[in-house]
Formats: sequence, structure tokens, C-alpha cells
Amino acid sequence: MPENVTFHFDVDGENFTSAGEASVMVKKKLRQLGLPPEVIRRVSIAMYEGEINMVIHADGGDADVTVTDDEVIIVLSDRGPGIPDVGLAMQEGYSTARDNIRSLGFGAGMGLPNMKKYTDSMEIETEIGVGTKITMTVKL
Amino acid sequence: MKIKEIRELLGAELLCGEEYLDNDVFSACCSDMMSDVLAYVKDQGVLLTGLVNPQVIRTAGMMDMVCIVFVRGKEPTEEMIELASDCGIVVMKSRYRAYEACGHLYTAGLVPAPEDK
Ligand SMILES: Nc1ncnc2c1ncn2[C@@H]1O[C@H](COP(=O)(O)OP(=O)(O)OP(=O)(O)O)[C@@H](O)[C@H]1O
Ligand SMILES: [Mg+2]
Repeated sequence: MPENVTFHFDVDGENFTSAGEASVMVKKKLRQLGLPPEVIRRVSIAMYEGEINMVIHADGGDADVTVTDDEVIIVLSDRGPGIPDVGLAMQEGYSTARDNIRSLGFGAGMGLPNMKKYTDSMEIETEIGVGTKITMTVKL
Repeated sequence: MKIKEIRELLGAELLCGEEYLDNDVFSACCSDMMSDVLAYVKDQGVLLTGLVNPQVIRTAGMMDMVCIVFVRGKEPTEEMIELASDCGIVVMKSRYRAYEACGHLYTAGLVPAPEDK
């Protein structure tokens, strides 16, 4: 069996214009690898939500995607403010985003629950003032 | 409904994706909140929006949506159109406001995009 395939992206937190670029690239790569469309769709949406979160809540970070024999692993890590109450943040509709974010089309408090919905596993490690690392997997 | 019928119904100007005009679409949704599009919509449809930024295109791309209609005559940038071309998405702009644009498509038989439960 071939080696795992990995992709790394620096997610720029400075300008919102590029937010989502890494996810668009990952989607292209997964298509080239010939993964099933439903898997690609689930990975794309989950990663995109997480990538946007890193930009709007944490000034950017790193995205690493690994494709193995039987799953796609997405790791998003940032050095942002951390999430004080993960249980609360996971609730649909909970958002700390302000109006300037809403005017960009985000901030409904749906991202984290959506990431959970589209993945087979999702783990959040977060520390206040240190950052957040989210690991998601989608089975092939 | 064919994408070209959408263009006709909305008197829309085509900005990219001419080669896909004969493709069929089965549903549509209308929102300025990309969060809601990502959370509620299931595939393959048309997105009508008055929001103009690159995330509109990327959101539609992630969702496998095939056509974006900017309402109220909103003008996407060159960069956005390029991004859409690259993702194989048809982009058009209509002078109708959102409510009216939706009304025309709904009346012509295009149903709301099903929710992805
Ligand atoms: N990477 C992160 N760093 C710090 N806080 C975060 C991060 N991701 C999410 N949060 C916090 O969790 C809340 C909920 O996130 P979620 O993605 O569900 O909603 P949102 O980003 O506010 O809105 P939406 O995703 O609908 O556009 C955010 O408002 C924010 O307070
Ligand atoms: Mg979010």
C-alpha cells in the first residue's frame, strides 16, 4: 500500500480575503487522489468551517491534512485565545462573533456543530491564552 | 431546471460558466449568511445572495453548489469570477432583489434546497 499523503498549509489570519483558500486546495487534491465525492464533501465542509474559525477567532494557524488507507485526518492548530467553555461553544447558535464578522457572512454559531456533524470523530484541545487544536477524522 | 432557464427567469447577466448552462439544477437557497448555507443546505443547488466576497464562492465550492446568482445587481470582483471559473461554478448577476428573484424561481418550480440532517 502507498505511503500516507500529507498536506500542510499556513492559514493567514491577517486578511479575511484569503480565508478558505486552504480548504479549496485540499478539495482539489482529494479529487486528484480520486476519493469518493461524499468523503470529499464532508472533509471540505468540516475543514472550511475550522479554517474560517481560525481566521475570525484566532488570527490564523496551521492546517495539516493526512490521507491514510482508511481515513482523512484534519488537524487545525492555532495560537489564538483558546475556547473558555467548549461545551457552550459546541452549542448551535452560540457565537462570540461581532457584527463585523456577521457582515462577512459568518458568525451564526453553527461552525463547530457542523464540523462534528460531518466528521466521524472530532477532538478539541484548547487552553486559554495558548491556543486551540482541533483534530477531525473522516472514514473512507 | 436548466441553468440557462435561471438566467432567463432572472434576466441575469452571465459572468462565467457558459459551458455549464445546459446542466440541470434541482434546488436553490438564498442567504447572506454563509454559516447558514454551510449548516443547512444539501448539495448541487443554486445559491442566491446579496453578499459579495470570496467566501461566497468558496462556500459554494465546498458545498458542491453549481451556480451563484448575485442579486440586487451586486458586482463580484474579477478575482471572485476567476475563483468561480476555477471551481467550475456558474456566476451571474440579476437586478432583482432577493425576494423577487426567489419568487420567480420558486414559481417556475425550483424547490428549496433540502436540509442535510
Ligand atoms: N479556533 C478558535 N479559537 C478561539 N475560539 C474559537 C475558535 N473556534 C471557535 N471558537 C469559539 O467558539 C464559538 C463557536 O464557534 P462556531 O464555529 O460554532 O461559530 P462561529 O464561528 O461564531 O459562527 P459560524 O461558524 O456559524 O460562522 C465562536 O464564536 C468562538 O467564540
Ligand atoms: Mg465558525
